[in-house]
Amino acid sequence: MRGNDPRTGRVQRLAELGRANLAFEFDGRAVSGLAGDTVLTAVLATFPDLRAAEFGPERRAGFCLMGACQDCWLWQEDGPRVRACSTPLRTGMRLRSTPPDGWPGALQ
Amino acid sequence: MTHVLIVGAGPAGIRAAETLVAAGLCPTVVDEGSRAGGQIYRRPPEGFARPPRTLYGSEADKATRLHDVFDGLVRDRRIAYHPETSVLGLHDGLAQVLGPAGVTSLPYDHLIIATGATDRLAPVPGWQVAGVYSLGAAQIALKAQGVALGRRLVLAGSGPLLTLVAAQLLDAGAEVAAVLDTAPWHAQLWGGMRMALARPFVTLRGLRLRARLGSHYRAGVTLTAIESDGTGPNAIIWRDARGRVQRTECDTVALGWHLRAETVLADLAGARFAWSDTWAQWLPETDETGRAGAGLYLAGDGMSLRGADGAEIGGRLAARACLADLGYPTDTVAQRHDLRRARRMHRFAKGVAKAFPWPSHMVRALPDDTVLCRCEGITASELRAALHMSGCEANRAKSLSRVGMGRCQGRYCQAAGSEVMAAACGAHPAQMGRLRAQPPTRPVTLAALAARTDTQD
Ligand code: FES
Repeated sequence: MRGNDPRTGRVQRLAELGRANLAFEFDGRAVSGLAGDTVLTAVLATFPDLRAAEFGPERRAGFCLMGACQDCWLWQEDGPRVRACSTPLRTGMRLRSTPPDGWPGALQ
Repeated sequence: MTHVLIVGAGPAGIRAAETLVAAGLCPTVVDEGSRAGGQIYRRPPEGFARPPRTLYGSEADKATRLHDVFDGLVRDRRIAYHPETSVLGLHDGLAQVLGPAGVTSLPYDHLIIATGATDRLAPVPGWQVAGVYSLGAAQIALKAQGVALGRRLVLAGSGPLLTLVAAQLLDAGAEVAAVLDTAPWHAQLWGGMRMALARPFVTLRGLRLRARLGSHYRAGVTLTAIESDGTGPNAIIWRDARGRVQRTECDTVALGWHLRAETVLADLAGARFAWSDTWAQWLPETDETGRAGAGLYLAGDGMSLRGADGAEIGGRLAARACLADLGYPTDTVAQRHDLRRARRMHRFAKGVAKAFPWPSHMVRALPDDTVLCRCEGITASELRAALHMSGCEANRAKSLSRVGMGRCQGRYCQAAGSEVMAAACGAHPAQMGRLRAQPPTRPVTLAALAARTDTQD
């Protein structure tokens, strides 16, 4: 399955393609999303998942997309954690799949 | 000064606000969405181009009317509106809310809770991998973002949403490999007859949607496992109605078994609950108008799973009950009329529940190594093992096994957890008790709580 290719994104854009590009960073890599994307959409348009699971070997890519499951939290280089499914993408965001150094209680 | 607080701006919350404003009140409306509409009438962000007909299909006019009503209330400053805001807890006439400005308190003396529903999930072995979503997620992704959550999707579970999301994805050009319904044909026929008696046109519309799925759609299946490689699903294994094992390749699976009422705030507000055999879940107890206690009213799917039309009616009923309790004259003719319509919605909803039942046999038979709690990777065997010490009670079993204690706060594991416990205890899920809600209802940092800026005017 192509969607499982670690080099490509998971989500597939089907509509609303005429939006402006927004540049952001994910794990240090410069990528772009579209204006109006949530952080989750923008990251998963380029990457297969969001982060590692804390309690198992799997990866995480969100589950409910309505702010109810808390599966989709990501970190930022600076600033608070974001719930990817309900946070709009902003130009210049520097997102991380792992906590930055010095994050209190960082898991690893 | 009267403070009425409405939580939720879906169909129920919007109609409740409209009704209160028409009587001269200025309610406060708190909603987690950035634009009002709720889930089923969810609006894409500003600047998206698809017309309502594409987004909401046959329900486009209803969606547009609701959005217009609410936008009018906001524009004319008839309500105090707090979007992107979650209620974390309720205490002594104060709602602690988390919004863009941090944590604040909003005072209320009357509370209308219209928090809707989430998908009801049953675990399928392997569902913990990235690329397994709820059915609602697949719909939100398409409606609010214009994306499919994968390149080849399997939708599985049961309920009206299963057929609806599949048809919407196919229309949008997504590749749907299979639509697997665990509801057997005989249940669908039996429930479908009740649905048709209560709401013939709506039932017919559902059948037409179903017909569009063609051979993608299979009824009476049993889901066996989701196979995956390192990064996500690559197939789902299932048995068809005749027991033959099938394998469908896919890179994404969306699961859901109709709905689960979102009742955390009703619980914190002191509503009483009763087990509903119809819905195989705990639901708050209310009178016919949604009154659940002194100054407490529930409306929409968070009170009773009657769908979007039922939610609009429920919003008006609850608001009029609130107005009556406040001593305002209310339109008793309209109230009687809405009560009649609500009963019809209820009859239809009971048909839906019969047609698309919770797959209790499948859940009871889950293999020991199946992950029950997706948040923390806790397996069925860990819950089964905890029962020796906890006994057959949901809250004690939660403390010992942690099933229900993860970051979703039991929203996606409670139904399966009590089913697995009940099977092990030789009892009915209702006898396992109900997981009590715990504030805060959403994650919040201690820093935000410490920096709260209370506005208790
Ligand atoms: S995906 Fe569930 S909270 Fe974001």
